[in-house]
Amino acid sequence: MNPALTTGKYLAIAGYVGFAMFPLFWLLKIAVTPDKLVFTEGTALWPSAMTLDNFRRVLTQTDFLSYFTNSLIVSLSTAAVTTMIAAAAGYAFSRFHFRGKPVIIAVMLVTQMFPLLMIIAPIYSIIAKLGLLNSLSSLIIVYTAFNIPFATFLMQSFFDGIPGDLEEAAMIDGCSRFQALRKVIFPLTLPGLGATLGFVFTAAWSELLFALMLISSNDTMTFPVGLLTFVSKFSVDWGQMMAAGVMALVPSCLFFLFIQRYLVQGLTSGAVKG
Amino acid sequence: MARMDLRNIAKRYGPVEVMRNIDLAIEDGEFIVLVGPSGCGKSTLLRMIAGLEPISEGEFLIDGQRMNEVAPRDRDIAMVFQSYALYPHMDVARNMGFSMEIRGADAGEKQSKVAEAARTLGLTALTKRLPKALSGGQRQRVAMGRAIVRDPKAFLFDEPLSNLDAALRVEMRLEIARLHQRLKATMVYVTHDQVEALTLADRIVVLDSGNIQQVGTPLELYERPANRFVAQFIGSPTMNVLDVTPAEGGITLRNGTTIGFSPAVPAAIPAVAQLGIRPEHLDIADPDGASMVGVADVVEHLGSDTNIYVQVEGIGPLMLRQHGHLPLRPNERIGLTIPADRMHLFDAEGIALR
Repeated sequence: MNPALTTGKYLAIAGYVGFAMFPLFWLLKIAVTPDKLVFTEGTALWPSAMTLDNFRRVLTQTDFLSYFTNSLIVSLSTAAVTTMIAAAAGYAFSRFHFRGKPVIIAVMLVTQMFPLLMIIAPIYSIIAKLGLLNSLSSLIIVYTAFNIPFATFLMQSFFDGIPGDLEEAAMIDGCSRFQALRKVIFPLTLPGLGATLGFVFTAAWSELLFALMLISSNDTMTFPVGLLTFVSKFSVDWGQMMAAGVMALVPSCLFFLFIQRYLVQGLTSGAVKG
Repeated sequence: MARMDLRNIAKRYGPVEVMRNIDLAIEDGEFIVLVGPSGCGKSTLLRMIAGLEPISEGEFLIDGQRMNEVAPRDRDIAMVFQSYALYPHMDVARNMGFSMEIRGADAGEKQSKVAEAARTLGLTALTKRLPKALSGGQRQRVAMGRAIVRDPKAFLFDEPLSNLDAALRVEMRLEIARLHQRLKATMVYVTHDQVEALTLADRIVVLDSGNIQQVGTPLELYERPANRFVAQFIGSPTMNVLDVTPAEGGITLRNGTTIGFSPAVPAAIPAVAQLGIRPEHLDIADPDGASMVGVADVVEHLGSDTNIYVQVEGIGPLMLRQHGHLPLRPNERIGLTIPADRMHLFDAEGIALR
């Protein structure tokens, strides 16, 4: 390829990466800036002095660890439950013809068309009547319900990408349908499962609206809600807020690091299938 | 080893009937080829035998046992798919031994059977490879190896060679023929390629639009086709078909020539009838006194044979195939005669008159 084109391509990529990563860089920068320098050196690219005080205070003087644990419980449970249901539903949509299938698919699509704001009040009232307000399970239920349609379509496209011949070959080789699923289809769906897990995990991890509505007790606050406690009536503790933000990134990063091997493969194969 | 009986089998998708009245007895150790154009139902029939498609009506038996409700895995059959359907995450050895793995067979026994199958198919060096690291022909061999290790009552093949290039196809065809000779197992083979059908089959089943057109040995189908469809489907190049009218002791072509029957006279010729003559059975004659005269349109020199497309006066295009090299040029005048003992006659519905 033309060297100028190659250089241009890398420049464009570098430009995009810089643009996308800048807020994260700023987050980290503010987190390590000592309080007294936040405003005096506000626009400098890197502060003249660095400190880990913000991190220490977030960990020792706030309820951050509790928020963090709550978020982890909610996100992991949501990701696990949603992916399990979506995988089963996606498999059924991909492999079986049954009465009502087009209707179910249409209804699932319709659920994706409404802004969530519209249903906050009814959801609140349902959860309240169930006595689940201020519980982590309420969030798990709501997030799971919201994520299942998209996750199902995602999983269906992965299953569609696996030729039906493979299952049939396995069934002729002596497998029951379930054995064929477990021994042949499941290992091939790992990228799809990884992508779905990652997608749902991040969606649940960063969800604020419902967490704000359904949780008011400090004990069950998730991390995005907890982050708001750094905003007091008269001031915002930027340093601590950013430090908490940096730490909140860690599980997402770890999670993606763990599944990225499947993800790269998975997203492309999903993309081709459209 | 298995005998299979298909009794009055029909297949419906909702209200649409795609197959009907399929009656077929497959003898133990027989090599049956199902052949027909795309959409004739041959693959559907094979899948019903395998148990991958439910049978809408009729009965399917293996060794006298009703199989309609039996799951594929309990039918004791092996199938080679057109796509090979190798498990992408298992290496060659595990692919081949998968059926034994599922049955919980002894590891040593499995290993020796896989090794033996790999040896016969020339795959020994490749047993640790994943399918994606294999060529098309090697994948085909692995698929066959998997079927062999399965040690089934019967082998099913669903267009196994259609994804291979021409040279490899001939080689694998031979390989399958050898496999049948060695194992003497019942085999049912689906193809749309009549050369595969003619070379491999003990008996061929010709299907068209969900019906069996004819069942017979390759030679029977070639020499005594039951109808015009079979006559034109079997044999390459395709049989010429001409409109004819009955005449005293023979038939009259559209150019006015009458051909007498010799020796046998078929039953009464209906007013509307057709004559079939294979390209290789037309004879070249001196244009003066030949029953048909025409001009060579296109001449194809294949070395072993010569194909000539002739525009025949008063009749239209005909195809002629002569053995060996024929020094003929386009636009040359040529006379043709039809040997009476090579004629096939069909009535208006295309049924052979005998």
